[in-house]
Amino acid sequence: MSILVNRDTRVITQGITGATGLFHTQQAIEYGTAMVGGVTPGKGGATVEGVPVFNTVEQAVSATGANASVIYVPPAFAADSIMEAADAGVELVICITEGIPILDMVTAKRYLEGKGTRLIGPNCPGVITPGECKIGIMPGYIHKRGHVGVVSRSGTLTYEAVYQLTVQGIGQSTAVGIGGDPVNGTNFVEVLRMFNEDPDTEAVIMIGEIGGSAEEEAAAYVKEHMKKPVAGFIAGSSAPPGKRMGHAGAIISGGKGTASEKVAAMQNAGIKVANTPSEMGATLVKMLEERNLLAKCRV
Amino acid sequence: MNIHEYQAKAILRKYGVAVPDGEVAFSADEAVKVAERFGGRAVVKAQIHAGGRGKAGGVKLAKSLDDVRGYADELLGKTLVTHQTGPEGKVVKRLLIESLTAIQKEYYIGLVVDRGAGRVVMMASEEGGMEIEEVAAHSPEKIVRETIDPAVGLRPFQARRLAYAIHIPGELVNKAAAFMSALYRAFVDNDCAIAEINPLVVTGDGNVLALDAKLNFDANALYRHKDILALRDLDEEDPRDVEASRFDLTYIALHGNIGCLVNGAGLAMATMDTIKFYGGEPANFLDVGGGASEEKVTEAFKIILSDSGVKGILVNIFGGIMKCDIIANAVVAASRQVELDRPLVVRLEGTNVELGKQILQTSGLKIASADSLAEAAQKIIELVK
Repeated sequence: MSILVNRDTRVITQGITGATGLFHTQQAIEYGTAMVGGVTPGKGGATVEGVPVFNTVEQAVSATGANASVIYVPPAFAADSIMEAADAGVELVICITEGIPILDMVTAKRYLEGKGTRLIGPNCPGVITPGECKIGIMPGYIHKRGHVGVVSRSGTLTYEAVYQLTVQGIGQSTAVGIGGDPVNGTNFVEVLRMFNEDPDTEAVIMIGEIGGSAEEEAAAYVKEHMKKPVAGFIAGSSAPPGKRMGHAGAIISGGKGTASEKVAAMQNAGIKVANTPSEMGATLVKMLEERNLLAKCRV
Repeated sequence: MNIHEYQAKAILRKYGVAVPDGEVAFSADEAVKVAERFGGRAVVKAQIHAGGRGKAGGVKLAKSLDDVRGYADELLGKTLVTHQTGPEGKVVKRLLIESLTAIQKEYYIGLVVDRGAGRVVMMASEEGGMEIEEVAAHSPEKIVRETIDPAVGLRPFQARRLAYAIHIPGELVNKAAAFMSALYRAFVDNDCAIAEINPLVVTGDGNVLALDAKLNFDANALYRHKDILALRDLDEEDPRDVEASRFDLTYIALHGNIGCLVNGAGLAMATMDTIKFYGGEPANFLDVGGGASEEKVTEAFKIILSDSGVKGILVNIFGGIMKCDIIANAVVAASRQVELDRPLVVRLEGTNVELGKQILQTSGLKIASADSLAEAAQKIIELVK
């Protein structure tokens, strides 16, 4: 078991003929993801990487039975692509694109209300269930199948955490990048809830960063509902206030969204927080030991 | 992206948001010429991209044209230090000359995107003139909010509800509501990230006016607002930030002595955190993005080294899709090109890491490599001592 994606997930790429879309479609196929098609308006009828290309998402879904889509469309058109996928009834939409205007995301999020579509991202590395399905730009080989759920706002920091786990023989059930934008489709709480209900996930590592209050909300959820141990890390304890640290959402504004507030909220909820990113893996391992879960998680 | 107050007011005026009559001046002569329209009774306001100008002596009330000239001479070229400029302050190069306003009471109106709701929120308060963060800290009950559905925009009933809640005089509620609706339209049409009217004032002659105006724009949306992009004032930005943005690098100058070059925003922040954790001081945040090519690493090195305070550099790259040997070659080539004369510690992890380390070791350059981020941070801290 796992969350969000597995070997039955049938995926199309929106923006499949662009350089990024093409490259990562190829990588996903190599990994074993069930890639069933792609969409680029005007390129319908073509075949790339052995999969058919369609002009619209609607056509792609009806021809291939796809239930997930990944978006590599340029920022100016990406919000429209999200809405097109939702309109076509795609259950899971993962948007990798960075740099989407925030008001476009406000509109897209409103459009998704009441529809049966879950959006992950934008500005995220994607979602991977090791050994079954990789959707996004993460390097597949660093992952190992197992029982620890990973959820993060940052791409490279997720790779760092996953790698530390894999090296220590700790596999992952699913790794989810929720993205570094201020307005996104899915937040920490929703992913934590899925991990909580997934029988194959024994523990979770959660990687947050400065800006907003998603980590505080996650901490409140953990305190109240989480049955499984959670370790974590918050990036940005050395960041100056008022500066956007690369990610659109990583900013301390009006004294709010600092790392220390987030760490305090997480510790208060019983989450073990690593002091440095080098200790993310070790912090989780120590917690697994304490809860007698290490043997179960070592694969 | 920020713009000046006078530019923000010009945009708002187009949408029917009431603002005082006024114009920009780049010299004392120009200032006097504008003030002639108001018979010399004018406000002379320093234009810099920072708040707190009033307290720092950047806003003057003139009673005559001589006053205007005197204040203009005083302010132009002066370095204004406010709580938002940092200790180095900002040099005043432009003035806004405005007619005097008979203020009866001050209020606050602001628009931001609420991250949790994923929607635009209008905030209002009767504590005008104070910073909203201060109000939020001391009397949060005095801030009222309306969350706006993007499908229908700010509805008139919401605007009236805000106006009543902050006790705008009854006869001016409709005027205030119209002001708010116009402000929302300006916010959405121009892809603003923040709009702040502080203070909004009601005047003795029954007007509702924006006495000050701050607009900040979503950098990701500027491609569709060429007119706003044209208002960018490079004098107000750190030249290294400007240089970095030309090469698609994200650079933020800090005050330490260890330059950082990292791929990915989260890892870049975490690298600074680690340096600080072990007692060092990072000189900058720099994200080279997913592809650490030779050209990008070279430009990044140049920008980092242009800070004379940098005593050493830490490179931290997680090679995922991009392999470590390619990154190692880029780092070696870039070091040669900039003739790097300061200590360099490189930490690589990911695909082909052994090959990457070998390239660094056999390069003949003085590059120290490290296996973990913690080790890398400790090494560079030792080297810059």
